[in-house]
This record gives sequence, C-alpha cells and structure tokens, in this order.
Amino acid sequence: MKIAVASGKGGTGKTTVSVNLALSLPHVQLLDCDVEEPDCNIYLQLPLKKLEDVSVPVPEIDKEKCTFCGKCSEFCQYNALAIFPQDALVFKDLCHGCGGCTILCPENAIKEKKKCVGIIESGSASSLEFLRGVLNIGEAMATPVIAALKEKINSEKTVILDAPPGTACPVIETVSDCDFCILVTEPTPFGLHDLKLAVKLTRILNVPCGVVINKAGIGDNSVEEYCKEHNIPVLMKIPHRREIAELCSEGIPFVKELPSWREQFRNLFSTIEERVQ
Amino acid sequence: MKEIAVISGKGGTGKTTVAAAFAGLCKGEAVITDCDVDASNLPLILTPDIVREEEFKGSQMTVKNPDLCVSCGQCRKVCRFGAIDENFDVIPVKCEGCGTCTLVCPEHALSMVERVTGKVFVSTTRFGLLVHAELFMGEEASGKLVTQVRDVAAELAESEAKDLVLIDGSPGIGCPVIASIVGTSLVVMVTEPTLSGMYDLDRIYQVVNHFSIPCCMCINKYDINIKNGKKIESWCKEHDIPIVGILPYDTRVTEAMVLRKTLVEYNCLSEPIKGMWEKIQQMV
Repeated sequence: MKIAVASGKGGTGKTTVSVNLALSLPHVQLLDCDVEEPDCNIYLQLPLKKLEDVSVPVPEIDKEKCTFCGKCSEFCQYNALAIFPQDALVFKDLCHGCGGCTILCPENAIKEKKKCVGIIESGSASSLEFLRGVLNIGEAMATPVIAALKEKINSEKTVILDAPPGTACPVIETVSDCDFCILVTEPTPFGLHDLKLAVKLTRILNVPCGVVINKAGIGDNSVEEYCKEHNIPVLMKIPHRREIAELCSEGIPFVKELPSWREQFRNLFSTIEERVQ
Repeated sequence: MKEIAVISGKGGTGKTTVAAAFAGLCKGEAVITDCDVDASNLPLILTPDIVREEEFKGSQMTVKNPDLCVSCGQCRKVCRFGAIDENFDVIPVKCEGCGTCTLVCPEHALSMVERVTGKVFVSTTRFGLLVHAELFMGEEASGKLVTQVRDVAAELAESEAKDLVLIDGSPGIGCPVIASIVGTSLVVMVTEPTLSGMYDLDRIYQVVNHFSIPCCMCINKYDINIKNGKKIESWCKEHDIPIVGILPYDTRVTEAMVLRKTLVEYNCLSEPIKGMWEKIQQMV
C-alpha cells in the first residue's frame, strides 16, 4: 500500500507524521519526496549512500550543422532556445526535456545530453528502508527527481511518501497513483484554507484522503467543522504540547520518547487499511 | 522601485505572518504581493476587495481530434511526461504542453490549445494595493505565474507612484521561489530554531547566494529552542547575514490570525516587528 502524506500548507507537520508513522510500522519504505527541502533524515539520522544521479535531457546544438533557421526556438514552449543569425543558444534551466527540438530540426543539428538536476540517496534501519531525492541548488524543476525516486517503490512493503507543501506539479507527481493520502493540517485559518486546496487536489487525482490535525488546541474549530460537513474522516489529532514541539525542534521522532504514540500511529494505519479495502 | 521578498525555505516558519505585519507598516506606500500562488494565505489577513482580475495563460495542452486518430501510438512513444494513455487519449494533468506529440502525428490529429491555468487579482486592502494569484489545481508553471504577479505589481507601483513592492514568497527552493526572489533588492529569510528549519535555511540561503541577492534574517519562535536559536545566530555571523529581528514564540500569534489581524493591529510583538521593519528599510 502506498500512502502519501501531504498538506497544502507548509510547516503543519507532514514530515513529523511521515517519520513517526514509518517508525511505528513493520516493513516500511519511506520516501522523502520533498526534494526541495528533504527533512526526513533530520529525524532518522541514517547514514545515506548515493544511489544515482537524476538527469534530464537537454539539447546541444551542433553549430557546424545548424543553419540558424530558428524553427526550434519557434517551437520551444519554454523559451529554452534562442537562435540568432550567426549563433544558437540553449538555456538549460528553462528546458523541460521534451525532446521536441531534436525531432523537429531539419538539419539534425540537435542532440541531447544529460544534465544532472539532483540525486537519489538511501539508507536503512532494521525494518525501515529510507530513500530520498535531493534537488540541486538553483534547479527549478523538482518533478523529475520525484519521478526517479518513485521508480524505487517496492510495492511488497508499506510505502510512505512524504510530499512537498503546496498543490502544484511536485505534489501531483508525489500523490498520483497512491492508495491513500493523509492530509496534515493545523486548526488555523491558514491551515483550513490550504487543507481545502489539498482536498480538492486529492479529488482530482482520485485518491481517497483523511485528515490528521496537528497542534490541536490552537486556533479555532473551523477545520473540524469543515471535515464533518464534507464527510472527510479526522484520523488522528496530535495535541499542541510543548513536549512534542521540543522533541520536533531537536529532530527527535516523538514516538521514540513517548512510546504510547506508536499504538496511535498503528491505529491510524489500520484505519487507513480498512478505508482502502 | 525596490522589491523586498519574505521567504523561508521551510514552510510554516511565519513568512506570511511577518509579511502581513510589514504590509500594515507600509501604510499604503507599497504594492503588496502574494507570490505563494499555490497556497495563497496573505489575503486571509488582508481581506482584499478585488477590483480587477486577469487571466493567466500558463501553458498549452494537446487536444486530440478522435475522428483523425488512427491509434498508431507515435504520440505515446515520444511523450516524455506520460501524458498519453493506452487509448492514446491525452491526460490533461500530465500534459506539459510541449507540443512534441503534434510533431510526430502522421494524421495531424493533435493540436495545441492555450489554457487559462490561473488568475491574477488586483485588490484594495486597508493597507493599500494587493496583487495575488490563484493557480488552478494541478496546473504547471507556477514560476511563470509568480512572474506575472510581479509584473502586474511593478506596473501598479509605476502608475501609482509607489517605490516599494513587498513580496510574500512560497516555501521550498524551486521554481516559484526562484521566480519570487530573482532581481529583488532584499530577501528577508524567516526561520525557526528547529533542526529542519535550520537545514532548510541553509539550502534557501545557497539559492539566494546563487542569484547574488542581498539578504537578512528574522529568527521566529526563538525560545522554542534557545540552543538552536543561538546556533542560528552564530551561523548568521559566520555568513555575514544581518539579523534584523528575533521574535519569541507567542500563542497570541494564532489568535491574531483567527481574527484576521496583523500582529501590529493585535498589538502582539509590535515593537520587535516595527524595529525589524525600520532596519529593513534602512538596508534598501
């Protein structure tokens, strides 16, 4: 089973839920899909080894063959090619790697070469297999790194995918094809606003969802009222307690210090299992 | 015209809360923008009255003419985004609008259509003009939309003779963040003394450095972990980053948010925030 942990709003506790859930279950594969800011291993502290580079294809123009006709730059939707009367330029950062220009070029002057945009790393601890993607600094596109990371999914295991915040392409890449999506929110106006967006996203992707309310006790009741009204199950509430906040700030998964929470995370998993079946 | 962007790397450190407080202190002398286009929260505090909206044509999409399609599968073979399914139909959320499939279709059954994938809003608020945006669910090109928000804000600043644009950024280090900060006069990084806050700060700082943008630091919720707070202070010193403000953790911050007020309006942490804004103004 593949469970994504997403949120809309950043800083609601996605990583906290992902890591604590992963540490409470047997045979887990945890994937840190927040490749822009991968934080899971701050809590896990596992020695990591690099598995591979993630590359995207970018065009390279052979200026001997190029007649500077400009068809490629006219075609490119991302303005990644600029053709001048005597010169041709490629803006690799803008390229989406679609390969259209190489097909189009009448002179066969465009070849593709690989550009590294990030890496995949892995580590393990007893029953937990951990994998993460890390986007290189200055790179704009996280999606290829997430896609490469998802290639490593072992469907024999319980797979937990820690998603990036927001509702744009990196989140879609993470959540699509999952069996369930846990939406972590906080009971505040910002939390509710972004939760609504995240719910909409899971509906578009046709992935069933449930809510974990973190920092329960702050703010107001509007998140619970919204969930009730829209028939979205509230799967768990994590109270706003200084003890938990301090452990999080130190990078300590709170199930380690407060073991009674393991049971609660196992229950959370059982509820999800029932809902999926 | 100067542009000041508030960003964080990690989400939930208090970017928008701080940006909203700054917006209040601008007293109508700035154009305020929310560049977190996939989860725009600043309007929740500023409660805008929308006066104008424009479409964002963020991308194109392939459409198939089923009468011409002979199911040869060429399109599926060249599409690198997995956007053509086994029946050779286009999967809209996966289509990047590159047009490569149209190049190879022998029957000319595929064509590109422009898509409206978001909206940009211009509003009046109790603190002056606000530009914010909405990227439709699951759409691409959030960076491009951020650029449009900044362009609209720059035009307004010009026509309304304001010499400041205040930008509330988005979390992360990728496309929308880069689009929010490139070319700004100053980036204010808001962090918190948690290990993840610190790790993310280091990554966002590398991005800021990569684009050679002047920056300064606000450490929020300082007392949730003073030991880490001190580490951030020495990290700033090491990297020669001025700390413009240190804010304690305060439960009234959430109360202010529930009431849709800025911290200064709610009289919560007003003095350190005002001090911070003064320092920032001096820096630009």
